[in-house]
Amino acid sequence: MRYSGFRVIKEALTGHKGWTAAWRDPEPQTHYDIVIIGGGGHGLATAYYLAKKYTKKRIAVLEKGWIGGGNVGRNTTIIRSNYLLNGNEPFYELSLKLWEGLEQDLNYNAMVSQRGILNLFHSDPQRDAFVRRGNAMILNGADAELLSVAQIRDRYPFLDFENARFPIKGGLAQHRGGTVRHDAVAWGYARGADQHGVDIIQNCEVTGFRIENGRCKGVETTRGFIGASKVGCAVAGSSGRLMAKADMRLPIESHVLQAFVSEGLKPIIPGVITFGAGHFYCSQSDKGGLVFGGDLDGYNSYAQRGNLPTVEDVCESGMALIPALGRSRLLRMWGGIMDMSMDGSPIIDRTHIDGLYFNGGWCYGGFKATPASGLVFAHLLATDTPHEVATEFRFDRFRRGYMIDEKGMGAQPNLH
Amino acid sequence: MIINHPLLGPRDAQEFTYLGDASLINRPDWQATDAQDQFYDYLYLRNNPAGLHRELWFHEIGDRSWLVVTRDTVTHEITKVEMASDVAKEPGRNQ
Repeated sequence: MRYSGFRVIKEALTGHKGWTAAWRDPEPQTHYDIVIIGGGGHGLATAYYLAKKYTKKRIAVLEKGWIGGGNVGRNTTIIRSNYLLNGNEPFYELSLKLWEGLEQDLNYNAMVSQRGILNLFHSDPQRDAFVRRGNAMILNGADAELLSVAQIRDRYPFLDFENARFPIKGGLAQHRGGTVRHDAVAWGYARGADQHGVDIIQNCEVTGFRIENGRCKGVETTRGFIGASKVGCAVAGSSGRLMAKADMRLPIESHVLQAFVSEGLKPIIPGVITFGAGHFYCSQSDKGGLVFGGDLDGYNSYAQRGNLPTVEDVCESGMALIPALGRSRLLRMWGGIMDMSMDGSPIIDRTHIDGLYFNGGWCYGGFKATPASGLVFAHLLATDTPHEVATEFRFDRFRRGYMIDEKGMGAQPNLH
Repeated sequence: MIINHPLLGPRDAQEFTYLGDASLINRPDWQATDAQDQFYDYLYLRNNPAGLHRELWFHEIGDRSWLVVTRDTVTHEITKVEMASDVAKEPGRNQ
């Protein structure tokens, strides 16, 4: 069924009896050509682009809970492509371009809102670094503009410009950045994939891989064995847990990241703002809640909740940037599990096991990457060669010394 | 989280900084013939378990000792705290 304004009016006049389920709930078959583990944004996007662009083969997405119940439903919904390094920026710029056409492509309202993102800087060296980054973005076809303090004052009068320790000296803006309704991304991709014949199988947890003579033959699940010629894993957050079943050790640690939403307020914050002197970012949702977050808790964790010292730290950073924040009350907060890789960049690659493919290590930048991640992982699964914008996201980059370390932190995952 | 320091008693985890898996104590021998592979494993690969995890914490705002904390990564419950120097000396090292 195609969604449209006309359809909404027609259904409203006929008692909403014509709507059908957005995707089927099929029983798993005994064999698929391609099985994708993980019914989150990346897994569903992979299935969608595989079925739409690359192959007519039989494809299934296996999800242990319900689709969109993991990190795609637990993030702070920001999209942007303001990266520095050549290994990253073309990929994220492709992702942003895909976001721009996503709703028409999927025929689904994902509420893509390009309200802009502003990265503030507070010192001269930081300005130099941001100028360099802006130039790298422009060279890769993205948009970037350096804003003066006067320009920022005009649009964001509520910021603490005269903070004694961290006065605002300017900012780097990407006007095409913004926010997206995150759940709708999962639902839109699920509906699109389903329409192209993908079986989305929920409540089906993968308990093991069947590997014979170095080749993956399928997966053991809570709903029985499912054979597959190729298996793609897209379970960022739980990558360590899943790949351990294939006896793989990854260059990844799992960490907990907390996020926060305030009570609903009238519009105050246009776009997304990030603090340059601490780790804090904030936007306002369409419902009016201020959505913000900051640093990781900093220790390995698979618990989807964090601890109070980080809450205090994030709120202190927020108060240093936006003093008015202190007048709003926190509505809710939650934690999500991040695949923190050793250089802060993702991995989309074949594994040493034939027929087993891996997509993970998204650190806390997975949401914005969803469309491009799906596209390039689909490309890899279909053609066995990396997509041209993902040639550096390889497993062996650590062994070879070709890290994509945006922050220059080295192999210390909780600092990326 | 409260870390029960073997010398100082229960201390708030805020006083500590976190390094990572306790296997980082065992730096490979740089003169070994397969040192390159060993260092790749040591530096980049992690077991990253969901469950009990032995990990290094540094008492930065305290006595500046390194501790090996055994903690459940699913519940955050801490079951054992040892001095890292004791753990390091166990296999027969002198420091």
